[in-house]
Amino acid sequence: MLETSNLECIRGDRRLFAGVGFRLEDGELLYLQGTNGSGKTSLLRMLCGLLPAAAGEILWRGQPIGKLGEDYRRELCFLGHHNAIKEELTPLENLMTSAVLADDPLEEGQALDALELLGLAGREDLACRYLSQGQKRRVALARLVNERRPLWLLDEPFVALDAAAVEQVARLIGAHLQRGGLAVLTTHQPVEIAAGAVRQLVLTPGTT
Amino acid sequence: MLTPILAVIVRDLRLALRRRADIASVLFFFIIVVSLFPLGIGPEPEQLRKLAPGVLWVAALLATMLSLPRLFSDDHRDGTLEQLALTPQPLGLIVLGKVCAHWLISGLPLTLLAPVLGIQFDLSGDALWILSCSLLIGTPALSGIGAIGAALTLGVRGSGVLVSLLILPLYIPVLIFGAGAVDATLTGTGAQAHLSLLAALALAGVFFAPWPTAAALRIALE
Repeated sequence: MLETSNLECIRGDRRLFAGVGFRLEDGELLYLQGTNGSGKTSLLRMLCGLLPAAAGEILWRGQPIGKLGEDYRRELCFLGHHNAIKEELTPLENLMTSAVLADDPLEEGQALDALELLGLAGREDLACRYLSQGQKRRVALARLVNERRPLWLLDEPFVALDAAAVEQVARLIGAHLQRGGLAVLTTHQPVEIAAGAVRQLVLTPGTT
Repeated sequence: MLTPILAVIVRDLRLALRRRADIASVLFFFIIVVSLFPLGIGPEPEQLRKLAPGVLWVAALLATMLSLPRLFSDDHRDGTLEQLALTPQPLGLIVLGKVCAHWLISGLPLTLLAPVLGIQFDLSGDALWILSCSLLIGTPALSGIGAIGAALTLGVRGSGVLVSLLILPLYIPVLIFGAGAVDATLTGTGAQAHLSLLAALALAGVFFAPWPTAAALRIALE
């Protein structure tokens, strides 16, 4: 269960949002919406613990995330605005390396299956620099296939993807919610995700 | 505890092998700077021997500086640094892995090249041996201390110059004891004391520097 209250974000001299609070139960999905520059990405980075909140607090299962530290990071999967893949490495190497670093090593077979599911069969041994934007995004999203951590924070997961891939990723998120996971995502595209409960949070500039 | 360190080392070495130009540019810089001195000063063996320890060590410092700005900037640009900061391991351990990889990519090749370049300065076998030892012990300290500067200047414009201004003064002790060790061999007073102090600096550099580096990276990621 993820709970926030009274969050405030200040970037530079500008207050992006204030008084943001929500409560997300297991199996629920939260859509973050708002215009460009309204602070969606900042809010996601706050939920990860990368960006300290100017005010307010974030509780994971009733405890502040700052105090949980490594235990919270073990429960969390963050997909940022950048793909976090290395251009010089192949999709397979990228996937396996990020899994080892996240302390969830994958078998090579599992990694290959994950890449195939995202439509990257036949590309697993090609350096990522030769892939298109959409394919790079798919490599980054392939992490989700074997991801069993309860909280997913996804920043624009569908950007640069074609319709088939969007559907596939929506299915992955749906399956995650069915397993009782939580997901927070920002998107500008309306996407159907089979979830128990969908909440929406609209960030409006200068909320007080 | 060793798994994340090893995983980062393997990843960074693999990346370095796919981008050999980066390693080569550092090594060629070292070779050229060191080779310019005998050409500029003239072939007086006595004078060259006297200059050799300082020249080789200063060139090694500058070559290390050259590779520092890239230590975290690539990972920062493509978002992998964020992911590294969000892994369940302490960020300090991951930085330690990156420092070890940096040493394997820059410090170790410099150490291996130095005795070959030392021949240009008419150094004796003994002095060449101590030169290699001092670089082998001293270069890990350069990587460790340099990581702090690289993290502090992450995302800053003109970080290359800034990192030199920040880090070169901190390299002075390493330079004094490193060049001093070779000097002591040349004058026959024995290099043991210098090498011991250098080893102490290296241990402190490699095992304490990752923590302030990790703190600086967290600030850079905000």
